[in-house]
Amino acid sequence: MSAKSASARKTGRYLREAANKEQAKAGFAELFLEVGCEEIPAGMIAGAAKELQVILNKYLTLEKILDGAEVSTFGAPRRLVATCPRVRLKQEDIRKEVVGPPKSAAFDGQGAATRVAEGFAAKYGVGVEKLFTVSTPRGEYVAVEQLITGRAAAERLGEVIPRAIAEIPWPKTMYWTGAAGLRFIRPIRWVVGLLGGRALQFEIAGVTAGNATSGHRFLGKSSIAVSGYDDYVAKLERNYVLARPEDRRERVERELEKLATGKGLRVNEDAALSELVVYLNEYPSAILGSFDAAYLELPDEILITVMRDHQKYFAVRRRNGELAPHFLAVINLERDVKGLVRAGHERVLRARFADAKFFWEIDQKCRLADYLPKLASVTFQAKLGSYGDKVERIRALSRWLAEQWFARGIHEARMAAADRAAELAKCDLVTDMVREFTELQGIVGGLYAKAQGEPEEVYWAVYDHYRPTGMDEPTPRNLTGATVSIADKLDTLIGCFAVGLAPTGSSDPFGLRRAGLGIVKIILERKLPVSLVETISAGARGLFEYAQKIKVPPEVEKSVFDFLVDRARYVFTEREGFAYDEINAVIAAGADDLVDARDRIAAVREIRKTKNFEPLAVSFKRIRKILEKAGSEKTWRFPAVRPELFQEEAERRLHAAAARAAQEAERHKKARGYKDALQGIAKLRPEVDEFFDRVLVMAEQEEIRRNRLTLLAELLREFSTIADFSEIVTVEK
Amino acid sequence: MKSKVKHDKQKSVKLAGPTFQDLILQLQKFWADRDCVIQQPYDVEVGAGTMHPETFLRVLGPEPYRVAYVQPSRRPADGRYGENPNRLYKHFQLQVILKPPPADIQNIYLESIRAIGIKLAEHDIRFEEDNWESPTLGAWGIGWQVLLDGLEITQFTYFQQCGGIDLDPVSVELTYGLDRIAAYLQNVDNVFDLRWSRDRKYGEVRLVEEQQFSAYSFDYAAPETTRKLFDLHEREANELLEAFKQSDAEGKRRFPILAAYDQCLKCSHLFNVLDSRGVISVTERATLIGRVRQIAIRIAKAYLAQRAPASASASSEEQEKQAEVTA
Repeated sequence: MSAKSASARKTGRYLREAANKEQAKAGFAELFLEVGCEEIPAGMIAGAAKELQVILNKYLTLEKILDGAEVSTFGAPRRLVATCPRVRLKQEDIRKEVVGPPKSAAFDGQGAATRVAEGFAAKYGVGVEKLFTVSTPRGEYVAVEQLITGRAAAERLGEVIPRAIAEIPWPKTMYWTGAAGLRFIRPIRWVVGLLGGRALQFEIAGVTAGNATSGHRFLGKSSIAVSGYDDYVAKLERNYVLARPEDRRERVERELEKLATGKGLRVNEDAALSELVVYLNEYPSAILGSFDAAYLELPDEILITVMRDHQKYFAVRRRNGELAPHFLAVINLERDVKGLVRAGHERVLRARFADAKFFWEIDQKCRLADYLPKLASVTFQAKLGSYGDKVERIRALSRWLAEQWFARGIHEARMAAADRAAELAKCDLVTDMVREFTELQGIVGGLYAKAQGEPEEVYWAVYDHYRPTGMDEPTPRNLTGATVSIADKLDTLIGCFAVGLAPTGSSDPFGLRRAGLGIVKIILERKLPVSLVETISAGARGLFEYAQKIKVPPEVEKSVFDFLVDRARYVFTEREGFAYDEINAVIAAGADDLVDARDRIAAVREIRKTKNFEPLAVSFKRIRKILEKAGSEKTWRFPAVRPELFQEEAERRLHAAAARAAQEAERHKKARGYKDALQGIAKLRPEVDEFFDRVLVMAEQEEIRRNRLTLLAELLREFSTIADFSEIVTVEK
Repeated sequence: MKSKVKHDKQKSVKLAGPTFQDLILQLQKFWADRDCVIQQPYDVEVGAGTMHPETFLRVLGPEPYRVAYVQPSRRPADGRYGENPNRLYKHFQLQVILKPPPADIQNIYLESIRAIGIKLAEHDIRFEEDNWESPTLGAWGIGWQVLLDGLEITQFTYFQQCGGIDLDPVSVELTYGLDRIAAYLQNVDNVFDLRWSRDRKYGEVRLVEEQQFSAYSFDYAAPETTRKLFDLHEREANELLEAFKQSDAEGKRRFPILAAYDQCLKCSHLFNVLDSRGVISVTERATLIGRVRQIAIRIAKAYLAQRAPASASASSEEQEKQAEVTA
């Protein structure tokens, strides 16, 4: 290292020390914490850092050490870091009011202090003149103000930090210092804890905190003294660790870009993989490797999966979008000095591709459909039979669904295509390719179907039928794929519910919640006109008609329906931003057709802003209450309103207006003009208001009373088919 | 002529990494120098080095122990008749157990990699999450696969449970995949081209074995006989365990628990043969694994009871006393 940089560094240190002193004089200091670990699983680091931030902010707030600035955190493969530029060196003082004896006991009639008062004052080390009175619900008492002086932050931090670290939640933990020892994600091997540059005193899992961090395993020093955050980041960088994820991210992007463009190529964008390598490497660099162009005969999906999922390589494309016979690997080194790393990675990839090519060829020695008989020996679920049995059921349900689509106006629906796609959908499960690369299930089947000349509608359906694999993932690209996907997922749902495997709490081994969400997402996205109740019944029939002959009782069908409606509720609130009471109002009026339900919610949301709506909702709530109080309908309801029993003009007007509005609403409803229908209903407000102003529903005379109740009951029924207004949460009480 | 060939071969030795046997010797020397007992392979068929009693049984209980050994591991389903460059019916693991693990165990491990001729700063070496689990042994641990330039060379595990028993202290298990490490060091794409010794190739030593055992486990093993053998070994194991249970203190002390464990290993291997023969369904698979696990768990318990009869009975007496007090 040059003399110049050494002296610059020295000056840097003086400046830092001066700044520390300045801050300390004002009663503040920088807090810095690093937990040094053996390699933390890459996918968990960012989440754990976020948790640590919440936990530390919570503790430091409780301890009254924070003052304006917040703790921020980040992580790298071997470390979690927390820092706060400004914390108090001493806990904030607290003034506390201590209530003592009653005033009557503390002072005599002349207002002089008694022995009781003196005793109380003495206990808190003050004279009686410091006592004051407070009034409580039980009367007047004397009180004293007590000052609790804050303790040194260093002392409190030493106690609180180990607790905070231990509190970080992890998906799976281990112990290493003995069964009674700390449980953490991986062993903790060093800890840095600094307050204003000085080491804090504490211990966690047998490791004593200090001021020494550790550099890159092979390129850096293993013990580096640091004085604070800036010093830490700078020194680690000199020791080949980019502690901050943003620095690593930037380096990854730059390195990948440089190598790809250097060859006139571009990186196959992969955000998830980028984020993964940012947390797999402390000093990420990229290398460009090559493979035999003959492997490019394999489908892109297979090549990319092998590279991404198994080796964490980025694929590389030519300008025309085709894959190039190269890959980009991100390595944890400054550079590949002798090219050994590249040669090694190339060797591994060669073996992987050779396997894939072997599977591709051997699998296709017979046709995809020829694998069907083998599915009989692959268990889907002990009570639900084999995949062979499942395929029979999916085929039947897919055909039924395709028929539904067609009958409801989707003329592109083809029963034969749905049946064929369902027949082939699970065949790839017994191919060597999927046995080796399980994440390619469906995709491999689709590729084989394509290579073997199946029609496009069918092969894409096979390819896509596991979609969507998450709420943000795409749904199947064609109608047949959507059909088979729904049939497959619904069969799993009903079957599992029927044999007692409905998800409970956090346990959902068959991924039923995701399957349910998938069904809802497909229906809503494609606007599929379908009755959930009828579809569930069709699925249940299949379970009874085929192999296992499982009887699905009506209450199970009902719980599957409720389960799906709950998923829809989730989508409506979390994904589409509807208010929960709007959703409740609509679902209370029926949710058999989810697309229709969404249209109705949208209409409610729009109409809600208009002036008549909320007051009308209040009135509907009132109607519901009145009817509930009136007891069983049987005891009062007339078959129809009897106009001759009306006493007041308000009754007549409401009756007439309701009849008109109902007619209008019905017309709009038929055309699915829910907004117009609701608007028509909202116009009833003056008549409803007038009715309640002038008319006493619970009239003395029984017939009149029953007639009025009947009028209200009809009103409620007529106007609750789009949404149940009484579910709307209104501002007035 | 003969000597000339030999000379050529010697020259090539200098060009690439160590022979297969030198690799083993280097690693054994490395771990012997770090106070490991150098054990020998177990003489019953096993699917992994973990099944050697020097791991399965030694990790139980409190006594510190360090051991290293090579274990030929049979994976009948992975056999390819010697026709695949990377897949083998039988491969070789070098297994190290450190109980309890030293705090700088990762560095010691990396030293061992340096010891076989790999300059760490010139390679991409990383620890990637990979939690190991053996359902047949009721064992699992937390750890990584160690990757050398993208190649998995070692499984590194902090054992947490073995035979269904929480371990205290924990052990670190290092499992080196010797065949692939050697292929890497010698820069050979086909395992059968590896130089085993100075003048013998891996294929010369092992190809016939790969061919014959692949043929046996894929084509010849009689399913009915194999099932019967499984049942017989299972019965023997269970009868032994039952007899142990019935024994008095002195009988327990001398009881052949180790023989019961051999029966368990036999079952595990026979299960693997049935599996590769393709005659077990998915559900039967789970059932058979469960049966082997049951034996393994009972053996682990019996092993502990046998080794610490005094303290075990003392602690149970103590518990009883405490129960009385609370009652």
